[in-house]
Amino acid sequence: MPPITLNLLLFGGIAGLAALAAVGVVAFDNAIRSALCLVLNFFLLAVLYFTLGSEMLGITQIVVYTGAIMVLFLFVIMLLNLGAPHLLKERFDFKKPLGALLGGVLILLVGAQVLPELVKVGQAKGVEGAGGPIAIGRALFTDYVVPFESVSVLLLVGIVGSILLAKRRLD
Amino acid sequence: MFHWIAERFLNAEPAEQALWRALLWVVLIFGPVPVWIWWERKLLAYIQDRVGPNRTGTITFSRTSRLVPRFLRGKKLRILNGLPQIIADGMKSFFKEDFVPGAVDKFVFLLAPALALFPPFAIGAMLPFAPWPSLTPVADVNIGVLYTMGIASLGAYGVILAGYGSNNKYALLGGLRASAQLISYELAMGMSIGAAALFCGTLRPRAMLAFQEGPLWGSVNGLQNWFAFTPFGAVALIVFGICALAETNRAPFDLPECESELVAGYNTEYSTKKWVLFMMGEYINMFIFAVLGVTVFLGGYNLLPVRWEWLNTNVPSLGGLWGALAWFQYWFAPLIFLGKGALLISGYIWVRSSLPRLRYDQLMNLGWRWLLPIATANFTFVAAYIVAQRVLTERYPQYGSWLALGVGVVAVALFGFVVGRLRKNSLRGGVDGLRTRTVTLVQPPASERRGIALVDPTATPEVVA
Repeated sequence: MPPITLNLLLFGGIAGLAALAAVGVVAFDNAIRSALCLVLNFFLLAVLYFTLGSEMLGITQIVVYTGAIMVLFLFVIMLLNLGAPHLLKERFDFKKPLGALLGGVLILLVGAQVLPELVKVGQAKGVEGAGGPIAIGRALFTDYVVPFESVSVLLLVGIVGSILLAKRRLD
Repeated sequence: MFHWIAERFLNAEPAEQALWRALLWVVLIFGPVPVWIWWERKLLAYIQDRVGPNRTGTITFSRTSRLVPRFLRGKKLRILNGLPQIIADGMKSFFKEDFVPGAVDKFVFLLAPALALFPPFAIGAMLPFAPWPSLTPVADVNIGVLYTMGIASLGAYGVILAGYGSNNKYALLGGLRASAQLISYELAMGMSIGAAALFCGTLRPRAMLAFQEGPLWGSVNGLQNWFAFTPFGAVALIVFGICALAETNRAPFDLPECESELVAGYNTEYSTKKWVLFMMGEYINMFIFAVLGVTVFLGGYNLLPVRWEWLNTNVPSLGGLWGALAWFQYWFAPLIFLGKGALLISGYIWVRSSLPRLRYDQLMNLGWRWLLPIATANFTFVAAYIVAQRVLTERYPQYGSWLALGVGVVAVALFGFVVGRLRKNSLRGGVDGLRTRTVTLVQPPASERRGIALVDPTATPEVVA
């Protein structure tokens, strides 16, 4: 049993809130509430990264997910203007128990790998200096330069493709 | 007294110190809000040839009472030129009924103003307002200006949720516009700040300031190297300024609250305190973006772009003056910081009073087709400059400043090329990019002027039969 410090309590509190928010994403039947829960979850994850000393990762999380992607999600949800929540309720079918079963198996599989290591961890602590902008920049442009650039090319292809699909025919 | 406070502060726990720093910063950004509102009203009034608020705060002494000294009887004492008007406005809004419309999504409706106020308070946490490392900034983190961009991108939530929660079409449209606008202009803004960060090789605002305190262009020793004076920095500052206007929803980019189309936009359904929260958020945001520009491009809390130490050693006959100015700059840094912020805010107000609101497609065109390419070209240029400088100065160290000049000339040429291409593309037929609608006022010839009520004082009055 690790000693309970303020640091650990803080980490546990934020992590618990993040988990609750994640549950909220699927539990709410109002799309906006779910999206807001996802926003909260992403934000709290960023705070967790901050507490572990990876400022760069945390702020990237905020910039990309909380600040851009979720804003677009909300944007789309508002544009779709989904009707009353009760209209969105699904009827019972076999997909639900099957999904629950598969989810349970996934939790077991992942948990069997992760949990034995996790219970040994006493304090939440990141590697010193590993999450700063210099370390990440160096890693991205030396060891991981090929995957990094290929991902950026992939994104570019995606953008060009979506423009091609969305463009009105100019003739 | 002061000494005791300093001792107490320096011996406190780090967490407690951080708390005091945060409190100090909040006072610094929150305190001047009434002054900004008053200044906006006053400056707009001056520009539009009006007087502006000047009555509130007038003390009128009784003409007959014996309690009033004789020389004051019947006199009016105007204090602060209308500044108490803002206090009166605040009092009014705090004593009005706090009304929540019946059909709103209550949780989201109440959450929105709080979320709108969160980013303005949090953005400035890494901006140093004085050269005092133990008091400012709140957190000297190594992600610095990136943190600003991250928190600024959260600014969209307050507006979007206000629009959604109000259950009102106009409010929703305002919220949607705001989110699209914020996302579009954030990119160009990030690129423009990124150019400065790339040039000094750090994201830490204090280090960026230290870089700007070095000699101008690396060669003029008497002046400071404020980025606004470098070619790339000037471009980035212009892009940043335009984006800051758009990010704070200020005119001419105030489409989210466009009165002629959307009533009052996203805050249509809000009244009293909640509306005041939106307003306060907007003004704090203005100030924060102003001082962010000041810190990144305009030398932060430095009074003038002059290096006092260099002057002290090279013009020692006026050493006392330089010393006094340096002393002033050190001890009155927060005031200089506020003053520079006020100067930029005056710029915002000036723009608001002189430019009409953009049309929505013009807004998007400006953001995506102009600012983003310009900022990206600028960014690429800085990267190329750094590489060129590293390679060339290693080989020919004696020609450093001439090489810099040459690269500058090439950059200006490239920049002109980019702008030229942009103009050509956006004006090409078929793409209704920057097509403008103009109204030409024509004075009709006298023969067609019948029936038009044009009064010409010099003309002889016509006798109407």
